[in-house]
Amino acid sequence: MSRPGFVLEVDDRTPPLLVHEGEGFRLEQFPLGTRVVYPPESMPAVPDVDATIRNALLHPVDADPLPSQLRPGMRLTIAFDDLSLPLPPMRAPDIRQRIIEAVLTLAADAGVDDVQLIAANALHRRMTDAELRHIVGERVFRSFHPQGLLYNHDAEDHDNLLHVGLTDKGEDVEINRRAAESDLLVYVNINLVAMDGGHKSVPIGLASYKSLRHHHNARTMVASHSFMDHNRSHLHHSAWRMGRLLAEHLNVFQIETTLNNDVFGAPYGFLQRREWEWSLRDQASVLAVRRGLAVAPARLRHRMFHDLRSVYGVTGINAGEVEAVHERTIATVHRQQLVEVDGQSDVLVMGIPFLGPYNVNSTMNPILATCMGLGYYFNSYRGRPVVRQGGAVILYHPLAPQFNQLHHPSYVDFYEEILPESTDPVVIEEKYERQFATDPWYIHLYRTSHAYHGVHPFYMWYWAAHAMDHVRDVIWVGADRRAAQRLGFRAASTLSDALEMASATVGPSPSITYLHNPPHLIADVR
Amino acid sequence: MTVLALEMYRSLPRHVAGRVLGSRLPGSFSGFVAPLRLVTRDEPDVRPGWARLRTRLSGICGSDLGALSGQTSLYFSALVSMPFVPGHEVVAELLDDCADLSAGTRVVVDPVLTCTARDVEPCPACLAGRTNHCERITVGHLRPGLQTGYCADTGGGWGQRFRAHRSQLHPVPDDLPDEQAVLIEPTACAVHTALRAQAAPNARVLVSGAGSVGLLTTLALRSLTTAGEITVVAKYAHQRELALLCGASEVVTPAEVLRRVRRATGAFQVRPEFGAPYLLGGVDVAIDAVGSRASLETALHATRAGGRVVLAGMPAPADLSAAWFRELEVVGAYASAQREEHGDGRGAFEIAGELARTDAVRGLAHSMARYPLYRWREALDHATGAGALGTVKVAFDPGSTR
Repeated sequence: MSRPGFVLEVDDRTPPLLVHEGEGFRLEQFPLGTRVVYPPESMPAVPDVDATIRNALLHPVDADPLPSQLRPGMRLTIAFDDLSLPLPPMRAPDIRQRIIEAVLTLAADAGVDDVQLIAANALHRRMTDAELRHIVGERVFRSFHPQGLLYNHDAEDHDNLLHVGLTDKGEDVEINRRAAESDLLVYVNINLVAMDGGHKSVPIGLASYKSLRHHHNARTMVASHSFMDHNRSHLHHSAWRMGRLLAEHLNVFQIETTLNNDVFGAPYGFLQRREWEWSLRDQASVLAVRRGLAVAPARLRHRMFHDLRSVYGVTGINAGEVEAVHERTIATVHRQQLVEVDGQSDVLVMGIPFLGPYNVNSTMNPILATCMGLGYYFNSYRGRPVVRQGGAVILYHPLAPQFNQLHHPSYVDFYEEILPESTDPVVIEEKYERQFATDPWYIHLYRTSHAYHGVHPFYMWYWAAHAMDHVRDVIWVGADRRAAQRLGFRAASTLSDALEMASATVGPSPSITYLHNPPHLIADVR
Repeated sequence: MTVLALEMYRSLPRHVAGRVLGSRLPGSFSGFVAPLRLVTRDEPDVRPGWARLRTRLSGICGSDLGALSGQTSLYFSALVSMPFVPGHEVVAELLDDCADLSAGTRVVVDPVLTCTARDVEPCPACLAGRTNHCERITVGHLRPGLQTGYCADTGGGWGQRFRAHRSQLHPVPDDLPDEQAVLIEPTACAVHTALRAQAAPNARVLVSGAGSVGLLTTLALRSLTTAGEITVVAKYAHQRELALLCGASEVVTPAEVLRRVRRATGAFQVRPEFGAPYLLGGVDVAIDAVGSRASLETALHATRAGGRVVLAGMPAPADLSAAWFRELEVVGAYASAQREEHGDGRGAFEIAGELARTDAVRGLAHSMARYPLYRWREALDHATGAGALGTVKVAFDPGSTR
């Protein structure tokens, strides 16, 4: 039986605690009284994944069994989450591969010939063949990719987009034409965090900019409290409206999977164990990894982290009608990640790890680090933010102004040209979003290379809009000062310095909460 | 009577040393490498139509530094006569009456030594007022010299005295300070460059370089043309401020110019093997105001197909593939003309005289560094590193002793 998450109060017996900071970590001595929120330990995985998949497909929720929906001559499309999930990537075989293989087996049994597989990457970068292969497995890749039947969604291929209609709020719903015109669309998701899945899968993953702009904007993001609670997230409300409209035109068979918190395998197991419970082996690993990181050249350090593949256990697979499935999924995610936290604090401390959804096999640039910290981690709450209105956030990350030119070309321009003009998400959106979204070069790179769409850095900035609106002070420990300044924040060398700097905002003796993730957690703030 | 002057002389070893070391050790040519010496010379005599002048200020131009450091192409060796006193950006005072100008008049000098000054039959270019195109710059009663400051017979502004022909002289209003007046000649060149750019209404222009040439060209473009966005490439903070004062729409660093132009114009960026990226698309007009390989290639690589690239600086060898492939109009802009072809019929000096009164030129003049002749090594050092040292123009003040 795994232990639930809990809140530790730092006292004089508490050892230094591990804090992630990009491609590294530090052991930080927190002030006495600091609350440390630990995620629950990993839930037990289902004993037989294949049997669980089969059961989900044969006994779906609020839907007919998948075999009964398959018939010869039909158009079947299988869409699946891209490489932004899970984080870190899953050790092969990826759960999506196992589900897709099961679906394809049923389809073959039913005599379905017209099958296509689409990576639902929305405005994310096109995945490489190797990345696609990792997700769907060698057999599926070889069977479909050479014939062009397994491919990345292209949100700028206007001939292959279909405008399905408008929601009752006037939002355009435009998705991949093949998916929209299929007799059955099977969507295979990985619900790593509560934000994923549900109607966020098809209406967003297979959408175009025309559709995405309705919810990926500063106004919607500021009003989403939080992204991890789809009932209180305006972004999700919009996606739900779109999903319900789609459901009137399209038969979606949603398959959602949940994973446990086994994020770090050997030799990084200590990263998900509680510090005072570190064994001698763990302590030796900490020492060895820290020494190794200290002397390793940057390229090797990058590989040490980015080659990491997680051994997640699958905690549940649900299939069927989108909303019914998602309710079950969310319940499982909550069981794995929810931690009850009593009240808000003046200061929220978070360590930003090496990896976020948009730098898989890539570089976490300052904009992505901001999105990770003030977007995803800040929003890892239910109820109220962990930090009070007008409080301070302290983040750990080097914020090295380094950009992957292949993956993030528009990020460079956003960083160099837009942020010096303004860091206000609303101003940025009004003045510059359209320029970037319609820039033919960015569109060309998105479609033909492996670049995120030109508008993507704007979306990263909008993810952080709620946090920027909520707190008065954002301080990065160990960050490049000029980069922090460019982002509109401040940099400090140490936690003590950061607290000293924040004292003007939160006073000299603030209450502090440290979110000890990853592994993922959702602070259920009462 | 003898006068002091800095004299550039023929020295093959120093020329070679300058060519080898000049670009690697920019400061070296002001030490042992520069073929320059402080000498006493006989005061120049005068012919009819000519007058002696006393130098008040004389600027150090990029072309002077190029010649001293051996970087200038040997193409020009046939067009100069050694030894000569450099200095073609001059504000001076007439020591003799000269036609309609009386002794004591303060003047600036159009340095081009035309057919009129050489007292030869006017060539077609001079007849048309395109005096910078003069084809007789090696003949007549003067020894070869494309300009005052490159001719052994005229002297130049880096001496206490020199001589000039009436056709070269432009009186300076009493209320215009010397520091602004000495910028009239480079401003006239900038006027010529801006008009050579032939920027269409709302054309997007890139000015690569924010030294005095780049800044004054920006000013001229903004004042004389209806160009739209003018992007200036500047390395240093003070250049950025001055570029904006001169009318730049935006100022970018060399590292960001291609990216900025690409985004502003919707161009595509490509990267060749083993080479720097370039644009397919870009600005309508680019002006190389530096003359370095990097600056010229920036201009070539950031200009749209069919666009125009103006060489305002004496050009360095560069990869001209883009000029061929993109069918660019690459045009030179040398000195200035007595009648500007693409202007309103006035001469560049007349227009420059008006621009010299603007806040922008006042701002440029404000940072001017002045040196007496005997501190010429310091002056050349300063001029070589002017950008980094926060200076736009370094000038000799031959009348000063400190």
